[in-house]
Amino acid sequence: MIVIIDYGLGNLGSVKNTLDKLGVDSVILSSKDKIEAGSGLILPGVGSANQGMKNLRKTGLDKMIINEIKIGKPFLGICLGMQLLFSKSEEGNVRCLNIIEGRVKKFNSQLKVPQIGWNKVKTTEDKQRLFKKIPDNSSFYFVNSYYCVPKDKSIIVGESEYGVNFCSILVKKNITATQFHPEKSGSIGLQLIKNWLRARLSS
Amino acid sequence: MTEGKVVKGIQFVNFRDAGDPIKMAQFYDKEGADELVFLDITATVENRDILVKVVEETAKKVSIPFSVGGGIRTVEDMRMILKAGADKVSVNTGAFKNPRLISQCAQTFGNQCVVLSLDAKKVKNNRWNVFINGGRTDTEVSAISWAKQAVKLGAGEILLTSIDTDGMKKGFNIELTKAVTKVVNVPVIASGGAGKLEDFYEIFSKGKADAALAASLFHFKELTIKKVKNYLKNRNIPVRLV
Repeated sequence: MIVIIDYGLGNLGSVKNTLDKLGVDSVILSSKDKIEAGSGLILPGVGSANQGMKNLRKTGLDKMIINEIKIGKPFLGICLGMQLLFSKSEEGNVRCLNIIEGRVKKFNSQLKVPQIGWNKVKTTEDKQRLFKKIPDNSSFYFVNSYYCVPKDKSIIVGESEYGVNFCSILVKKNITATQFHPEKSGSIGLQLIKNWLRARLSS
Repeated sequence: MTEGKVVKGIQFVNFRDAGDPIKMAQFYDKEGADELVFLDITATVENRDILVKVVEETAKKVSIPFSVGGGIRTVEDMRMILKAGADKVSVNTGAFKNPRLISQCAQTFGNQCVVLSLDAKKVKNNRWNVFINGGRTDTEVSAISWAKQAVKLGAGEILLTSIDTDGMKKGFNIELTKAVTKVVNVPVIASGGAGKLEDFYEIFSKGKADAALAASLFHFKELTIKKVKNYLKNRNIPVRLV
């Protein structure tokens, strides 16, 4: 059973629809006790970092996520769900979960912000066969004004370019996190989620 | 869409039945469409339930982003559509009559899911007016200034439809699109008039559009999405191929 964490921000339904399509049992939950029963956790998210952190703290989900990750539970963070794992976000200058050392910065470019649309992901390393059946430079769907800058560059497994080169997917032990929305990225996105499920949950 | 069916008109009238929206959405998802747009053109209260059902069913079946619009008047209207599974909601007449709707929706759901749907018609040289109520009412307000204002209020994207070129299949409205893209810093989706492959190339190269929308051409199978994308790719316009 995969638990999709509901912390009061949008886009939970599309993650659930995607898991349904793949025939994977999942449930959207907001209560921290039940969340611990999940065999894997997904933290989705469309919204702002300060609102996201506020909601996580208010419900105690912040500590729960930190703990679940510490005990090795497979974890997938999507978009804001990736950014919240970092130490600090420029969005509202908010302190985040600090599970991954690094900062979340705003795109500072002449391009349109937020980035809304498809962008290529150049894979640097295929840890855990995450990109099985996914050609390099495949396009995924992004909606973001901010991007993550991990201190430890070795956790970056894919990069994209939008004015700057930025980390669009990372793997650190049991954590996988994507800046793009695999649940909105057509068949390639479905394949990535399938790969994640296979790599993380079959062991 | 009207009453749960896909229709396509010419210059906002003479609508022709084009099929079942959910089946078509699935087909386009597989075909390589980058995004789907549903516009409920009659958008009455009675039709609202049908729309929500269609959105829910579509969300279960497709895996690409899709936006939905038609008859959105309040934040609650928008919440209902997002909850049903849409990724973005477009506002048109409701936002024109009450511009605060844009800022309220943007603050509640984020700029990225608020799309301004703007229907424009040429009234004289280099002057396009905003038309509301499904293209029936001339607001006498310049499309360019409304686009600017809507973005300032928080619209994250503009779906720009040229009433003059809609359904004519003689090419997108390059002048109008260029004039709007020049003044806003959010993505502009050009709509209305696609008839042949070259039209797509021109709306990107000359019109500076960020995306192009076509309906009749694909609904009535005159062109395929794949064909359009391959054509663009060969002319160095970046596209996503599936």
